[in-house]
Amino acid sequence: MAHKSSVSAKSGNTIFNNSIQKLKSFGILWVLIAIIIIASILEPTFLKFSNVVNIIRQIAINGIIAVGMTFVLLTGGIDLSVGASVGVVAVTVAMLFQKGVNPVLAIIIGLVIGAAIGFINGLGITKGKIVPFIMTLGTLTAFRGLALYIANGSPQSWRKSGVDIKFLGQGDLFGIPVPVYIFFAVLIIAHLILKYTAFGRSVYAIGDSREAARLSGINVVRTEWLVYIISGFLAGLSSLILISRLSVGEPTAGEGAELDAIAMSVIGGTSASGGIGGVIGTLVGATLLSVIANLLNIIGVSPFIQRIVKGIIIILAILLDQNQKKRKA
Amino acid sequence: MLVMNNISKEFPGVKALDDVSISVKKGEIHALIGENGAGKSTLMKILSGAYVSDSGEVIVDGEKIKNPTPALMIEKGIAVIYQELMLLEHRTVAENIFIGRYPKNRYGMVDYKKMRDEALRISQELQLDLDPDAIVGDLSVAKRQMVEIAKAMSRNAKIIVLDEPTATLGEAELEGLFALVKSLAKKGITFIYISHRLREIFELCTTLTILKDGKKVESGKVSDYDTDMLVNRMVGRDMSDIYPKKERNIGKEILCVENLTRKGILHDVSFCLRKGEILGIAGLAGAGRTEILRAIIGADPVDGGCVKIKGKNVKFRSPADGIRAKLGIVPEERKTQGLMLKQNVTYNTSIASLKKYMTNGLINTRKEKQIAKDYVDLFHTRPGKIDVITQNMSGGNQQKVVLSKCLACDCEILLVDEPTRGIDVGAKQEIYNILNNLVKDGMSIVMVSSELPELLGVCDRIMVMNEGHMMAIVDAEEANEELLMSYATKEVPVKM
Repeated sequence: MAHKSSVSAKSGNTIFNNSIQKLKSFGILWVLIAIIIIASILEPTFLKFSNVVNIIRQIAINGIIAVGMTFVLLTGGIDLSVGASVGVVAVTVAMLFQKGVNPVLAIIIGLVIGAAIGFINGLGITKGKIVPFIMTLGTLTAFRGLALYIANGSPQSWRKSGVDIKFLGQGDLFGIPVPVYIFFAVLIIAHLILKYTAFGRSVYAIGDSREAARLSGINVVRTEWLVYIISGFLAGLSSLILISRLSVGEPTAGEGAELDAIAMSVIGGTSASGGIGGVIGTLVGATLLSVIANLLNIIGVSPFIQRIVKGIIIILAILLDQNQKKRKA
Repeated sequence: MLVMNNISKEFPGVKALDDVSISVKKGEIHALIGENGAGKSTLMKILSGAYVSDSGEVIVDGEKIKNPTPALMIEKGIAVIYQELMLLEHRTVAENIFIGRYPKNRYGMVDYKKMRDEALRISQELQLDLDPDAIVGDLSVAKRQMVEIAKAMSRNAKIIVLDEPTATLGEAELEGLFALVKSLAKKGITFIYISHRLREIFELCTTLTILKDGKKVESGKVSDYDTDMLVNRMVGRDMSDIYPKKERNIGKEILCVENLTRKGILHDVSFCLRKGEILGIAGLAGAGRTEILRAIIGADPVDGGCVKIKGKNVKFRSPADGIRAKLGIVPEERKTQGLMLKQNVTYNTSIASLKKYMTNGLINTRKEKQIAKDYVDLFHTRPGKIDVITQNMSGGNQQKVVLSKCLACDCEILLVDEPTRGIDVGAKQEIYNILNNLVKDGMSIVMVSSELPELLGVCDRIMVMNEGHMMAIVDAEEANEELLMSYATKEVPVKM
């Protein structure tokens, strides 16, 4: 293993060099690799192309939300409202399709709604000085209610309108599903923003010490606000892929997605108290959860037990992470 | 009362303590001195049971302690009061004193009345004037220390360790603490006192032990030493060399503050800073020194007055505005206000000046690292690497990183607040040299400090504050500690 990583550290450009350097310190990456090896021994079909594609597709929808969540967690905040945002966007966009609104316009409106929910969260948190947990708990409750209200509690199908956005959620290019491209685009852009822009650096600074960030000339309010807008926007994006895949906009879409997103970020090494982590880790965390879910499915473990396993993994991941930090200190 | 024999403790790669022995008699106030990293904290952590020593023995009151744990050491009458106090800010004084062993009534519930009465009794016994119902978060730092001492006494502590208790106290509060310590010592309580302020050692302590690089240099009676001897034993230098020779090329007024007012905190403060000088600000805790710096750079709002830079009126709504106008601040709390502790040296050096390293809208990390490296070399920041997480650096080196951050912004006016608080003599000297070199190269500095010798040794002029009022500005050459102190405690004139 050491040999492999030292080779990769020498080749390639600096961006990926750095990422690989960071990954080396992620114990969780080695856990992921170990599980993949075990899975492929237990079940030879596991590494089949179709299954791998299936796994990445599963990662994509929740992974996009998790990228937004990583931004929020890095500032030391939390966004519980992303699942509700998925629901609101799902039903509004579906109903716009029903009404014959131009699909492109409807999609843009969907993204704006996601961002707008983030804007409201940011407003309450920065200007109203409401603790993020409480603020987004409020918007989670209210926006889920809104989604149920406007859809009158029932799934919204647009089959009769003739709109076709299957490409977004079901299409593929060169055998790889479109959502995967979108997810990786989001991931790479997010990584570049976090590591190589002033905004990204400010996100880490705020999570480390708000006051030190302010005294270093960082606009704390603007940065924090923007982080929630990003989170809301990505929830909207994820919702569009979801409804395209299901061909229906459900008011309950994305229920519990906030918890999955938090789990993916945190398993990937992002500190829930802010300042440490990144989206590459989130990819590892998301993959780990999906791989285990897939493996358990293949070997036919009950979905109820799968939940138990997932819960245990979250706790174990944090234990592993803390142990590593302790050893370093 | 307390004997620690041949204590050694090794951490991976570092021998923190090497065969150190100390012995303290009942009722003594024993000073433990040495530079940062000399092993004082490690020794005290072994005494408190937080660390287990690799070898050696701890004997309390004639009894050899086996398998020490924090709980056992508390039981044996040892209380350690750390610089960062261990109090629950949202709870009352009484609850803090009895934390972990609240008196219970016969239903097994906390007996608040008894707890309150007991707290009051202890407070009166020690003549502390503490209100048992006061919320600790509302108290001054000095009062909180009293609560810690009351807590220790209520646990029948026989040996109390005070770790840098005065770093955040003003002179007047210091007197109160010293009086309390002395009266308790008379009653037979033994104290171990850790401080970087040598003057306090002479004022308070009876015996001392000097540590250097994890080894004991010597122990003795305080009366056998003077300041120069102590500094010499601690670092191997003389005190007189510690302040650099002032080389100045003072120019025109660059920063003028006129009638700066913040209700209840700053009252009509006016002064001017000239290019290439160091203007000191002296005063007791709560005199408004830090608040002046924060108001100038835009960190706190003001209610009146104005700030002029090079004759132009400026209005900063946030520190970002101030930094854009080429101001820099080295804040009072290095760890919470100066640094992103979870990040490395490069990140911390560049965070305020990222625009400089942009190519095509992204940060050019090669350029960024080069700048960080330049400052590490310039200031001899140890451990000499730019990827060290700042949390793991010593105080003096952390401060150099904060300075690097300000300088990377090309600032022309530097506001430094307690730049040497809690750092050892050697590192202090380095900071003084850095500041001295900066002004020689045309930087202008306003420096707040609680240490009067430092202000006298480093500054050109010193402004004295009291209760938010400017009392005087004096030339450092003509001033002395007594003069500064007299202004700092002089009654504030009542305005008609």
